[in-house]
Amino acid sequence: MALSGIQIYKLLPQTNCKECGFPTCLAFAMKLAAKQVELSACPYVTEENKAQLAESSAPPIRLITLTGGAGKGAGGEVKAGNEVVMYRHEKTFYNKPGLFIRVQSAESVAAAEAYKVNYVGMDLTIDGFALEADSPTAMAETVQAVRAVTKRPLILISQNPEVLQAGVSQLPGEKPLLCGADASNWENMAALAKTCGCPLTVRAESIDGLADLTEKIKAKGVEDLVLDPMTAHLGKSLALYTQLRRLALKNTRSVGYPILSFACNATDELAAASQAIAKYAGFIVLSEFRPELLYALLVLRENIYTDPQKPIQVQPGIYEINAPKPESPVLVTTNFSITYFAVANEVEGAGLPAWLVVCDAEGMSVLTAWAAGKFDAERIAKAIRGFDVASKVSKKRVVLPGHVAVLSGELEAELPDWEIRVGPREAVDLPAFMKQALN
Amino acid sequence: MPIEIPKEKWTGKVRVVTLGATAAEGGTRTRVVTVGGQACMPFLHFEHPTPHPPVLAIEIKSRPPTDWSPILMETWGEAIRNPATWAAAAEAAGAEMFVLWLTLEDTPEEATQAVRAVLGASGLPLAVFGPGQAEKDNELLVAVAEAAKGERLLLGICEDKNYRTIVATALANGHLVSARSPMDVNLAKQLNILITDMGLPADRIIMDPTTGALGYGIEYGYSVMERLRLSALQGDSMTQFPMLVTVGFEAWKTKEAKVGEGVPASWGDWQQRAIDWEIGTAMTLIEAGADILVLRHPESVKRVKAAITELMTA
Ligand code: SF4
Repeated sequence: MALSGIQIYKLLPQTNCKECGFPTCLAFAMKLAAKQVELSACPYVTEENKAQLAESSAPPIRLITLTGGAGKGAGGEVKAGNEVVMYRHEKTFYNKPGLFIRVQSAESVAAAEAYKVNYVGMDLTIDGFALEADSPTAMAETVQAVRAVTKRPLILISQNPEVLQAGVSQLPGEKPLLCGADASNWENMAALAKTCGCPLTVRAESIDGLADLTEKIKAKGVEDLVLDPMTAHLGKSLALYTQLRRLALKNTRSVGYPILSFACNATDELAAASQAIAKYAGFIVLSEFRPELLYALLVLRENIYTDPQKPIQVQPGIYEINAPKPESPVLVTTNFSITYFAVANEVEGAGLPAWLVVCDAEGMSVLTAWAAGKFDAERIAKAIRGFDVASKVSKKRVVLPGHVAVLSGELEAELPDWEIRVGPREAVDLPAFMKQALN
Repeated sequence: MPIEIPKEKWTGKVRVVTLGATAAEGGTRTRVVTVGGQACMPFLHFEHPTPHPPVLAIEIKSRPPTDWSPILMETWGEAIRNPATWAAAAEAAGAEMFVLWLTLEDTPEEATQAVRAVLGASGLPLAVFGPGQAEKDNELLVAVAEAAKGERLLLGICEDKNYRTIVATALANGHLVSARSPMDVNLAKQLNILITDMGLPADRIIMDPTTGALGYGIEYGYSVMERLRLSALQGDSMTQFPMLVTVGFEAWKTKEAKVGEGVPASWGDWQQRAIDWEIGTAMTLIEAGADILVLRHPESVKRVKAAITELMTA
């Protein structure tokens, strides 16, 4: 439970020595409660009180990091946890759930490892692999085979601690996820996790079962835990995951850990993985490498984990669609990502060449930007001149979005040697307009 | 000590809305569709039972589409030649209702003919949407509403530009409206207020908050829907309407669904990707509270329906 300023004050020395840079301990306590300062600024807190303060300020869902063979840095780590809200609009979702592919064969690992797809200028990839084996030798061999192809973080699956041990010993310096502990093997699993310092999953069908295991394992000194609620059933997992997130955000420490989803066991993997992305999973295991499924899930994950406070904006500039020629039309729109993609997608999908001028409208859609004065004749003219559109085209003709038809007069005044045309209001009508009206 | 599961104590509830009217109610439908009634966020049965699961509509057009993905054209084949055969095929594919989408080329006579054809071909409830240009929508929908008086059709697209005409004809002819606003909680609410102020009973309104497909703004639609539903549960009467989303329209206009050649190999199999795109969009919006999903591909209908069945059991 997060402590109030007064509660924190009671744990401070109350000597007002000012060494923390604040005039009183109370002032420092208030800043601590607001998370604006670090506790370490006060040199005089007792060890005991320090522990209590640290516990109270820990995030409601523990941050769990898996490390692969490349060590820290790009692609080498997958993080889950540290989430603070139920709904993304309340703040944002932070750590995108890691997508892991279950290892079926060496070829599938190579294909998944090489997989890369571009979305809105970003290269998206999978995060790691999950592998299962039934004997220590088999596990060691599988790990070796996988490590010959990829350095991505791993999830090792077995109910037998010796099998997991055999896998871990092949991965020096790494932090794979051990999967995992259940009611029957938890003591040995906890001992293994403690020795190797790897995060460990706990498996149970109920919330009480999960909490019971995490408490017992934590008492053995293992804190990096992940919850496996043992279901890929859509209805059951939605209820369980929601309850776990709620409890965690209400500071129920025993379930304040990320969730592992075995979407691979679902009746419909796409449905289950989509739900897991939107509703609270921290790691997701997929059954096999299938590019079209991965593409959809990677894009969905980007979308859901976009910060709602900061909509994705497109860089203002002149964009070439379908290799335009000097006589191709010039279209104008704003740098709000949805608006840009709606327009670009329609024109591109219709196979029509065009120059698309994206104006800096502070990331707003055409109508909103116009209403806010961020998309007016002056700005449009500035973009046309600034991006030197005239040098690229033979026909000085620009198409305005239909929603801002009112700007055409002013724009004519701003750009006297250009012909101003009013296009359709919606992007979807652009191809027809371009074919019929722009010849 | 067992952990107590926290339950939200909502005060509000989504209104129950029924589409379609049987002979006893003054229409000719043999089946009706009822949506709404939720008193918690989607499928949290431990808080409240879900009285009415989301409903799947299949979109059909008054004349064969000219800009649809070849995958859809091939799947529906000859059926798309006229709305009656299309409706029959859609019903066989598992549709629980239809959305008949009219086109700019339709005359009011052709539009009413298409509506009569669909009503004659199937006993399922029907939504009729105009092409989306305010004046044309008015012209077509008024004719349709009069011709199908008493059927409890869902009329769309009813937006700020044309709501007066659409609501007036819905009122006069016993229909419902699909109130469409551009991805904004306040605009959605405002339109609902304007519509109810005209005297249309609140149980004859469905709201369409607009959404984007996967990769094309789904996160905006998703969050607007979550916020609308939360606001409804918190007791705001003007957001307590079931939500309709035009998933097929959005998903199938994306390049991912429409184009099979000259796209990156990492996009995978075209056919599968296109269907996954529709299903992924649908499933995500179901999690946000969608009540009526308008789909285009029979495979999506089958799989989304199975997923809904699984979501309804806990
Ligand atoms: S350094 Fe510590 S003891 Fe000194 S004033 Fe600051 S909080 Fe109080």
